[in-house]
This record gives sequence, C-alpha cells and structure tokens, in this order.
Amino acid sequence: MTQAYLGQFETFAADGGSVPEWLQPVRRGAIDRFAQVGFPSPRDEEWRFTPVNAIAQAEFVPPASTARITREDLAPFIFGHPAWPLLVIVDGRLDQSLSVLPALQGGARVTSLSQAMAAPDETIARHLGHHAPVGESPFTALNTAFIREGAYVHVPAGVELADPVHVLFVATGETEGTVTHPRNLIVLERAARASVIESYVTLSPGRRYFTNAVTEVVSGEGAWTEHTRIQRESEGAYHVGLTHVEQAANSHYRSFTLAMGGAISRHNLHVRLNAPNIETLMYGLYLTRGEQVVDNHTAIYHDNPNCNSWEVYKGVLDDRSRAVFNGKVFVRPEAQKTDAKQTNRNLLLSDGARVDTKPQLEIFADDVKCTHGATVGRLDDVALFYLRSRGINATMAQRLLTYAFAAEVVEEVALEPVRTELERLVRERLAG
Amino acid sequence: MLEIRGLRANAGDKEILRGIDLTVNAGEVHAVMGPNGSGKSTLAQVLAGHPAYEVTGGTVTYMGQDLLDLEPEERAQAGVFLAFQYPVEIPGVSNAYFLRAAYNEIRKAKGLEEADPMDFLDVLEEKLKVVEWGPEIMSRAVNSGFSGGEKKRNEILQMAVLEPLLAVLDETDSGLDIDALRIVAGGVNRLRRPDNAAIVVTHYQRLLNYIVPDYVHVLSGGRIVKSGGKELALELEARGYDWIEDLAGVA
Repeated sequence: MTQAYLGQFETFAADGGSVPEWLQPVRRGAIDRFAQVGFPSPRDEEWRFTPVNAIAQAEFVPPASTARITREDLAPFIFGHPAWPLLVIVDGRLDQSLSVLPALQGGARVTSLSQAMAAPDETIARHLGHHAPVGESPFTALNTAFIREGAYVHVPAGVELADPVHVLFVATGETEGTVTHPRNLIVLERAARASVIESYVTLSPGRRYFTNAVTEVVSGEGAWTEHTRIQRESEGAYHVGLTHVEQAANSHYRSFTLAMGGAISRHNLHVRLNAPNIETLMYGLYLTRGEQVVDNHTAIYHDNPNCNSWEVYKGVLDDRSRAVFNGKVFVRPEAQKTDAKQTNRNLLLSDGARVDTKPQLEIFADDVKCTHGATVGRLDDVALFYLRSRGINATMAQRLLTYAFAAEVVEEVALEPVRTELERLVRERLAG
Repeated sequence: MLEIRGLRANAGDKEILRGIDLTVNAGEVHAVMGPNGSGKSTLAQVLAGHPAYEVTGGTVTYMGQDLLDLEPEERAQAGVFLAFQYPVEIPGVSNAYFLRAAYNEIRKAKGLEEADPMDFLDVLEEKLKVVEWGPEIMSRAVNSGFSGGEKKRNEILQMAVLEPLLAVLDETDSGLDIDALRIVAGGVNRLRRPDNAAIVVTHYQRLLNYIVPDYVHVLSGGRIVKSGGKELALELEARGYDWIEDLAGVA
C-alpha cells in the first residue's frame, strides 16, 4: 500500500499549514525515499522476525479531525502531579484544552511541534530531521514525510526541569484503520536536566490502527536525560517507533521502555555516542499475551573512548505471543576503554509463546569490556514450591514470581512517581 | 497429630523412601537422623508436598486428614511448615510483602480477617525478637544475597509468624556457625508449645544439644532402622553411622 501513502502525502503537502520553508524539501525528500524503497520485505534481515506485511498490505487513512475527548477519558493514563507539563495529542492533533503547559524556568519549552514551528526556531531547524536517518528505515522516511505534530521539548544550557514532562498520544479509535505519524524532538543543551515520558495509549482497546512514531533526542554536553516510553496501544493496533539519541561528552541518558500493547509492535532505540565519557542506560520490559508480537531492536554506537553502556531488556510472554530482541553494540577501533553490557531475559508463561533473541556485538577495539547474555526460561519450580509451602496458592505464587521478574527492570527508573506508575501498570497487567 | 504408615516415595525412577513408619503427637519433638542419602531430607520434602517426589505407597494422616491428598499450600494452611535446607532466593519480592502474603493466606484459610500492613507490623515486631533481628531485614528481597545463617534465621522467622502445628526442620543446622545455631535453635525452642510438634532432620548430633528431642529415629536406606530417646543421638555421635548401616544391611 505504498501508493496510498504517496496519495495521502500530496493532500497533506497541499494542506500547507504554517510549515517552515526548510521543512518542505525534507518532507518531499523523505516521501521520495519511501516511494523508492517501499515497505520492508519479510526477507529483509532487519525485519525477518516481524510480520511487517500485516502493516504494509493494509490500507490506513489519516484520522478525521472530529474526535472530542474529555478529561475523564484521559484519567486512566495520567499520573504524577497535576502540575506536571502535559502535552495531549489526540489522533495526531494537539488538544490544547487537555494539555497542561505552564511557563517553565530558564526559558525551557514544552510545546507541540506544530505550534513551535509556527514561528522561526533555530533549534528546531538545526535538529528536526537531522538525526533520524530516512535512509535507514522506510518507516522513518514515512514519518519524516508526514512531520506535523508531536512534542517539542527544549531545555536550555544549565536548566533543570523540576517536573517530568508527559507527552500523551491518544488514539481514540473512533474509526477503524487510521494512521498517525507522531514526531518528537527533545533537545537538552549543555548541563541541562530533564525527564520526559512518552505514552501511546488508546480509548478503544482492540481497535485496529497504525502509529508510526519517531523521536529524536539530542543530549548536550554533561546533560542528564531520563526518557520513559510507555507503549500501551490497542491490542489490535500496529505500532512502529524509532527513538534516535545523540549524546555529547559527559552526558547521561537513561531509557526505559515498556511495551504491552499492539497486535504487532516494533521499537528501535538507536544511541550514538559522539564524544568520550558518556553513560547510557537502556532498560526495557515487554509483556505480551494472546497473539501479540513485540519486537525491540536496539543499537548503540560506541564511536568514542571511555563510554559505558548498560542494557537490560526483559520480557514476560504468555499464550501464543512472540517477542523479538535484537541488540547491536558497535565498538569502533578508537573506542578504547568501552564498558558495554547487554542482557536480555525472557520468561515464558505458556508452551505456545516464543522468543527470538539475538545479541549482535561488533567490536573493533581491543581494550574494552563487552559482555552479553540472553536467557529464555520458565518460572522456577523450586521457587514456586517455596511460596506454596508458605500457604500462598499456585496462581498467586506464579503472579508474585512473574511480577518480581519484571520488577527488576522497573526498579531502575530513577523518578519515583514514574516508577510507581510503571509498577502499577505491570502489576495490573500481570493480574490478568 | 501425624501418622506415617509404610510411606514410599521416588525421585524420578529412584526409590528413596522404602516404607517409613512414624507417629508424632502434639507436644513432641522428634529428631530424624541418618547418613547422607538415607532419605531424611526426602521425608521432610514429601511431608510438605514437594512436586519433585512421587509418593508410591503408604499413608500420611495429619490431624485426621489425608495429608498426601493436599496441595502444598493447603498443607501450609492446615499448619504444616517446612524449614528448607536450602531456602530459595526470590529477588524482587520483599521479605515484608512475602511474609504478609503468607500470613494472610493462612489466616484466610482459617476464616480469619486479613491483616493490613499496619496490623502486620505489630505482629512482626514480636516475631523478629524470636530470631534477634531488627526490622531492616523486612525491606530486603526474600533470602536474596542473604548469608547461609541469615537464610536459616529467615526460615525460623517465617515459622514464628505462621505458627505451624507441625514444623519440619530440614537440616536447619547445616552451614551454621555456633552463634547462628544458638539463635536458630533458641527460636525453635521459644516456639515449642504443648499443642504443636516438630520433626528435626539433622545429620549431626550438635543441633540436638540445643533442641532436645523426645525421640530420635535413625534412617538408613529409606527406612527407620532404629528409634530411641535422646541418648541415641549421643551414641550415633560416638560411634558414627557405620554400625547403623550394618544394622540396615542385616535388616
């Protein structure tokens, strides 16, 4: 259905809106790229384990702009403090009345991308579309062609955002078969600090629609970023997302991704270490059931010396669901003293569940510490017996051990209110 | 309280218990001793319902019920407690959460109301004294990173909280230094009441200096080959297990 998107693009491009002039050729270039390559084929190594045809062969259309939702509709997805900056994007459009956008200290900005682009903005011009390469994935090309709405977070040098920023993408599912292309840009200048939560939720569980998201993160020298991504789309939906991170010297970036929605979902996390002395933490948790497919691809580019990366992804799979984990670690010859550790652990709750896990380390420096490990297992019978021997019934014992398995990564989320919410989500989901 | 008659059990294809007979009454402490591989740990685990063992014959009657017919959690709810030889580490579950969950499941089974976290703290405060512990231990994950001695103390703490009628201690003394042994044994002694009973499984007589048994049984080759009073333990200590094995060979 490549053709359908090309048609949609012409309508979209003609629609104009207040788009900066420099963006038009970027979009045009991206759609040209997409037209040229089309959707990935299942034979494509990067997409071998993901049933990408389901997405490629279905026709999706942009949502009508009629959906109206209320604060009550959002209640299940909001957490933390009501004063936290909150950007609500409903079916690809900003909902100003549901958003909470206070003036921030030190000239920091949290705003919708379309609003930010209404006036000339040098930071956006310098970064938007400059990091996530359209040549790397057709989905990135497609997203870039349709850049219009998403979050723009800018934290100037030395500024610390007091509260986490929550960006909430809501799919109303009012009509079946819609597509949105959320686009986010997060820029932290030198020694800035921020915590950003990116959530994808739905009001219509079971509805089929397609979210194709891209987030670019630029972490300046000595900046500290915590980035939490919560994917709880409809279990009939398709979700493809890329998070592309650029890190400067002495910066700290920590990511936590929770994937529990979608019929088919794919998230790529790419982190480029552009200078020495960088720290990167990548935590992930996926919880699957039914016939869900959840695919996580991560890539970390150790291009410079003295950088540490630490990655733990865990999965809990039930029924006939499937998960894919592919973790790439590239260590260039000049990246001496690299310390990189990658772990992927999977817990299968049923005989029908399946995991394809593939660590992929390419190391060209000799003075490095790089380790990886992957496991696929079941609940420990002895541990189950131990709990049962204390009076805890089998179902509860299973749930307790499963939660404990998942909690080990959730515990790594630095901000307490965010961690508490994630714990609640995981507990609720595992309670079935 | 407990009547074991002709109990036989396998681990895989291997027969480990070959006809055990044992009667335990309320208020009694029975020591089960024996060399390695005699089946004493298997006996303990079978009583608790460990799924790795298959009971192939005999009966176990506990408080008038067929114990073998109960799930492990039902046995616990009915008052059977096994102190594990190798307590299991459960990262990600705090000791407090685990203990309260177990406490409440057992209360529910007895038709009592569940304790909320505050009520439970009061219960706990008393019980921690049994093992000479402070409250810090409760926020740690169950047995996770605990030393051998801490794990055994944690078993006794659980026993104190759950107040079983029949406690089975499986080599609770193994790997303990003398201080830990004193604390663990002291805990067990403090929990002795006329209405409960204990089966103490041990390889060495040492523990029985602290927990004085009413009866001592010697296991060999999956059978009880000799029973006696506490002086039997001393005899074993002096003579070793060889003469018992000879005894079993003859029998």
